[in-house]
Amino acid sequence: MNTNKVITISQLTKDFPVGESYFRALENINLEIEEGEFTGFVGPSGSGKTTLLNIIGSLDKPTSGTAVILGNDVSKLNTKESAALRNLHIGFIFQSYNLLPIYTVFENVEFALLLQKKSKEERYKAVMESLEWVGLTDKKDSRPTQLSGGESQRVAIARAMVKHPTIVLADEPSANLDAENSHHILQTMAQLNKELNTTFIFATHDEKVMQYLQKIITLKDGRIESEYNK
Amino acid sequence: MDGLKVNITNNAMLIQTAFKNIIRGGKRTWLNVVVLSFVLVIMVAYNGLLDGWMEESRRDTIDWESGWSQLWHPKYDKYDIFTLQDAHGIIPKDIKRLIDNGVATPILVIQASIYPHGRMQNIVLKGINTEQNILKIPSEKIKTEDEDIPAIIGTRMAKSTDLKQGDRIMIRWRDKNGVFDSRQLLITHIFETKIGSVDSDQIWININDLYQMTGMGNEATYIVLNKEAKIKSDLSGWKYKSDYFLLSDVRAMEKAERVESIIIFIILLSLALLAVYDTQTLSIFRRQKEIGTYVALGMTPKKVTSLFTLEGTTYSVLAVLFAAIWGTPLLYLFAKTGLPMPEAYTNIGLPLGEAIYPVYKITSLIKTIILLIILSAIISYIPAQKIAKQNIVYALKGKIN
Repeated sequence: MNTNKVITISQLTKDFPVGESYFRALENINLEIEEGEFTGFVGPSGSGKTTLLNIIGSLDKPTSGTAVILGNDVSKLNTKESAALRNLHIGFIFQSYNLLPIYTVFENVEFALLLQKKSKEERYKAVMESLEWVGLTDKKDSRPTQLSGGESQRVAIARAMVKHPTIVLADEPSANLDAENSHHILQTMAQLNKELNTTFIFATHDEKVMQYLQKIITLKDGRIESEYNK
Repeated sequence: MDGLKVNITNNAMLIQTAFKNIIRGGKRTWLNVVVLSFVLVIMVAYNGLLDGWMEESRRDTIDWESGWSQLWHPKYDKYDIFTLQDAHGIIPKDIKRLIDNGVATPILVIQASIYPHGRMQNIVLKGINTEQNILKIPSEKIKTEDEDIPAIIGTRMAKSTDLKQGDRIMIRWRDKNGVFDSRQLLITHIFETKIGSVDSDQIWININDLYQMTGMGNEATYIVLNKEAKIKSDLSGWKYKSDYFLLSDVRAMEKAERVESIIIFIILLSLALLAVYDTQTLSIFRRQKEIGTYVALGMTPKKVTSLFTLEGTTYSVLAVLFAAIWGTPLLYLFAKTGLPMPEAYTNIGLPLGEAIYPVYKITSLIKTIILLIILSAIISYIPAQKIAKQNIVYALKGKIN
């Protein structure tokens, strides 16, 4: 495995069944992403960026072709291995935050570490460090319902970062946020990318996000239309 | 990558998470817990009532009718009244010895007719030793003191014939040669028993009086034995009837009642579990984003199913605890006061007292609790397993219908 390349996708196709036919969401995707990149899949709705992100996150499998994530071909992973890949190496940030509603901010961030059977002390240290990165230590006992949209997304970032993942996948992270909050969370992520060398991959069609991206991969109708580094 | 072989998510964590989800579930949790605990207490009370009733019926049948076992004249058939004419004979020596030792008492049974208020009524006339203490029949009340033949009857018989203590009643019977004879009986006592089969259509008199009336001296139809008799087989040609045989009516009644209770339990459990199923199904569809998030964070769909199944099971565990808190004093009080029974029930021949006192058996209680927990687990597993099979990407977006 080339240590710099965290993602290698070759001739990837993804079809979704529609009645007796199918809809081709991704076609002949070939790309490589290196460690520490701040990359974005951009394109209009239905272009296939979220589908691609889901395959990279091992939440979905390609119909054909390969998606090798950190040396693991996602098509060949069983459910346990997929779960372990996500738990140990991939952080997710969702458009609608997906915070667990009955848990406090602290517990939400802590959850991934609970799955890893980390000790209480390790968990506390990691969660507090993570909340510090996003500036929410004072909200650790709040419930998601008591947070603003910006705060919720910062909790989601803390949750994604707490386990020090190699890759963070962010699906339209700014879609529900105003301009100020969008810039705030993007600055946070850009800073974490620099400090921790975490690979960030976005699926977005938000211009504000694009300003921060180092590499933009444009998708259209399931194909890569262009790819360029800033 | 070796890291992927790490077995993430331990069971203790799942239990803790399930418990946390349940405790913080608010009204949803308490609604389920209250409904389940209510059903559990009702089931325990109902089972207790049945067990109490059967226990009492068994005890009363032994005390009043069957004793611990019996020896029957070879021609006697309890269920065929026409056998009575020939079903009597001289008590054999071996059996006489048991009677002399106080571990057995003879009963002579004949058919007779009485004429309350001018109408004829066929009855069974039973002779019993006045000194016996094997059956609870108050035989000391029929000691012959003057010319009248003293007789005792039960409350059901008294009611059906309108006889009262001190009344005299004409009785007609056939002696051992088949010749009709008649005398007046004096009702000296009216006894109360839950066992209708020693009361309805029956009159008890001193066995010595019956010997004189019928010329069947030293004869008996059957012999009632107590616990000390230690007879386990036929004796001198008389048929041994065990307590198992003699209590078969009680068992048959218990069986019928158990079937009835199962139907009631099915209805009660269905209602309660429907609430759990409804809550679980609704919550699972409402919580599909949460399920997707668990998977995205590194849980396997199987573990998510386990988590939701555990949640459903925890409802029943909490319900058991909650039921123990409010149900224990209530069930204790119920065991003290019993369930009052209408008089009509005793009149239809069921061995019932004024009230049924529940008896709570630990085995019955454990079975009920286990049944509730297992059913709750199954009912929670079904929707959880259904959603875990779906595409998790749709769950994450809340798009599963």
